Amino acid sequence: MTHPTPVVETILSLFDGQQLGVLSTHCKGHPYASLVAFAYTDDLTRLFFVTSRATRKYDNIAADDRVAMLIDSRSNQEIDFHEARAVTVTGRVHEASGDEAATLKERYLIRHPFLKNFVHAPTCALMVMRVQRCILVEQFQNVTEYEVAP
Amino acid sequence: MKLVIALSDIRDAPVAWVGGKATALARMKWAGVPVPDAVCVTSEAYRLFVSEGGLKERILMELSRKPFAQMRWEEVWDAALRIRNLFLTTPWPPHLYAALAEGLNGFLDERPLVVRSSCPGEDSAESSFAGLHESYVNVRGLEATLERIKGVWASLWSDGALLYRRELGGDVHLSTMAVIVQHLVTGEVSGVGFSQSPHTSSEGAVEAVYGLNQGLVDGTIEPDHWRLDRETGAVLEHREPLRSSYVGPDSTGVRAFPLSGAKAQTPPLMPEEVTRIFELACRLERLFGAAQDLEWTLAKGTLHALQSRPITTLDSGDSSDRNGLYQSLHRSYENLNALRERIENHLLPEMVRAVDDMAEAPLLTLSDRDLAEEIKARLEVNERWVQVYWTEFIPYAHGIRLFGQVYNDAVKPEDPFEFTSLLTHTPLMGMARNRRLNELAELFRTRGDLGQEAGRNPIHLPPELEEPLTAYIDTYGAFPWLEGEGSRSQQTRASLVTLLFEMARHPPASEPTIEAAPQLEAQFLGCFAEGEKAYARGVLALGRSSYRLRDDDNIYMGQLETQLLRAVDEGRKRLEEGHEDTVTAQLRDEIERFGIRSTIKSAASDTPVGGPVVKARQIMGQPAGQGMAQGRARVIRTPKDLGGLKHGEILVCDVVEPNMTWAVPLAAGIVERRGGMLIHGAIIAREYGLPCVTGVPDATQRIETGDRVTVDGYLGMVILGESTSVF
Repeated sequence: MTHPTPVVETILSLFDGQQLGVLSTHCKGHPYASLVAFAYTDDLTRLFFVTSRATRKYDNIAADDRVAMLIDSRSNQEIDFHEARAVTVTGRVHEASGDEAATLKERYLIRHPFLKNFVHAPTCALMVMRVQRCILVEQFQNVTEYEVAP
Repeated sequence: MKLVIALSDIRDAPVAWVGGKATALARMKWAGVPVPDAVCVTSEAYRLFVSEGGLKERILMELSRKPFAQMRWEEVWDAALRIRNLFLTTPWPPHLYAALAEGLNGFLDERPLVVRSSCPGEDSAESSFAGLHESYVNVRGLEATLERIKGVWASLWSDGALLYRRELGGDVHLSTMAVIVQHLVTGEVSGVGFSQSPHTSSEGAVEAVYGLNQGLVDGTIEPDHWRLDRETGAVLEHREPLRSSYVGPDSTGVRAFPLSGAKAQTPPLMPEEVTRIFELACRLERLFGAAQDLEWTLAKGTLHALQSRPITTLDSGDSSDRNGLYQSLHRSYENLNALRERIENHLLPEMVRAVDDMAEAPLLTLSDRDLAEEIKARLEVNERWVQVYWTEFIPYAHGIRLFGQVYNDAVKPEDPFEFTSLLTHTPLMGMARNRRLNELAELFRTRGDLGQEAGRNPIHLPPELEEPLTAYIDTYGAFPWLEGEGSRSQQTRASLVTLLFEMARHPPASEPTIEAAPQLEAQFLGCFAEGEKAYARGVLALGRSSYRLRDDDNIYMGQLETQLLRAVDEGRKRLEEGHEDTVTAQLRDEIERFGIRSTIKSAASDTPVGGPVVKARQIMGQPAGQGMAQGRARVIRTPKDLGGLKHGEILVCDVVEPNMTWAVPLAAGIVERRGGMLIHGAIIAREYGLPCVTGVPDATQRIETGDRVTVDGYLGMVILGESTSVF
């Protein structure tokens, strides 16, 4: 076991440097992956993204709120094999409403200002992932787990 | 950019293309100084080979297994060996091969060649990589030359070069290499000349040996040394060594030959020749504008400059020491054979005698005063042998490394550590001790009822167990790792009995035989021409002897320590019983000295880090023993922890100390914080065919006893916990 600070700093810098993550949901047991623009809280307890309520991922989450999200720093160059980092974040997702939705939407648009119209559309849902664990992969094979909420 | 440039055309080529050595040689040639005819294979050829062969990322991955600054020398050496093998086994891109063949074509004839590094960063005023990059002497033909060019390129990533670059604070990854291919000038006398001595700024210096100067450069042959007054050029002193051998060309490469009696009695240079060499060094100082370190050879009356570089040591003595240190990481075949002779024929027998003498001393009947003297004497003996351990035994481990390099150069195996298969199953004392322990366990196994009846640790054993147990303790002594845990003799016995009952509950560990070993040996020897086979056999024998000593020396040192402990134990007993007087004060002093004595123990582990919130799931180390094992971790943080080791557990420790090897057969796998393929723990793991991963950062801090651990000894990974534990 090691002190969390360096790990948390690494994860935060990875989140900061990447706009998009790959969200994993499932439909009747069949895995389904989607690219989403995400934002996060600095204490790493919440990741959030927006989606139309008509999407497959929205339906999948409605049926099972357990998800994983992969956020990585790959550059699609050779150096990825020793330099790229990736975090798999696991947790449960709910649709935010009321004050929570308003606050998080504001934060979301600071990070993704060009999604303003999308966010304010009536069919758009702001989805909040309560983070359970972050699994950080560095230097090709070093894997560290950071438990955010038991 | 051209791939091959003649020395005479180098004048305007940037140093980044041709390197420091080629630039200096070209300037000397233009200034009319005789230099060997040469061509330069530019750094563009290196760049093409590395990028088209896909080596760049593989090199970086090798050096990124853990932060480079945290890698121990042994780990850097392992990485360097893997990288070297990448160069040797990567085929030439066809167009590069064709371009080099064409470029070298006009230069190559029947004459022997020298292939040497010319790194853009070396031989500058800021840094000297002298001796850290490879040079090959007496190479013939295109194929051999191209092979040697790969060898020179690989030496950019040698352990010494990597560590030196780390020391200089540069980016270890930003490196490139040009290569000089020269005609070999076989001088009758060779050496070095300093226009300004690295040690005394008012002096110059000249050193000379008979034959080629490879022996001088690698330290195998001690040179004649002249100190000169820098102003007047007058010789201030001539130091003569015992001259016995010289280095000359063999069928391929070079080797040491005995000197004739007449030459052994005669300095290699006449006084006027010394002056001539010093004058050339001074002339080059004027040419280059800085004090020079010149390598020269004298052939049929002509003085040839082989290379010249600025002396970097005047202003930065420290970095020169470091360079020397990194150079000392490699030893020549001759040097190691001399060391082998000294160790096997003198030092080890002397150690055995020292142990025997101490074992015979009647400690119980000595007066307190004599006992204090005895402890003092034993401390001195111990001190001396700890010195010998660091200065003679540890450097001898280079014998394994030399064999590994020769094997890989000859065989070019896919697995750069294949050579270790030829080293295992040499008769190691540690393995002999473990076999004795197995025999004892077998006796305990036949009395399986006893462990249950008498509890975990019976005090009284039947004579058929007690006698061999006592004999074992008499032979192999106490377990030094239990020191400080109370009465040692009782503790040793109790721990041993616990261990034996644990071993008796399970089938005996078997040592696998490596069936491929004879075949590998034949393959290795088959790579050498008839005239070189003796050398190949010699290097293999050296590797085996060095490998054996890597384990045995620890046993010998343990025996010395045991004898010292015996005397100290007796002293402590008397102090506990007796009253205080001047004699007991002396005894007490000696025992206190015992507490601060030098030992051969490894450096302490990484500093523990706090805060149990983050848990490692998978940690990268070095694959040091092939195989895969799963089990509960037994983390060794204090000596007592080892006593709890159960059959089938994964031994997680800072270092497998030599006196812990008895525990290895119980374990299903080994995880070690200290890194290296050739460290003691890795050697023993391979003897038992156990999966082993070494160089795992903070292993004993990040893993807890009882954790579920998977050891992947193929990939060098340690995986913690169940895969489902995340959900």
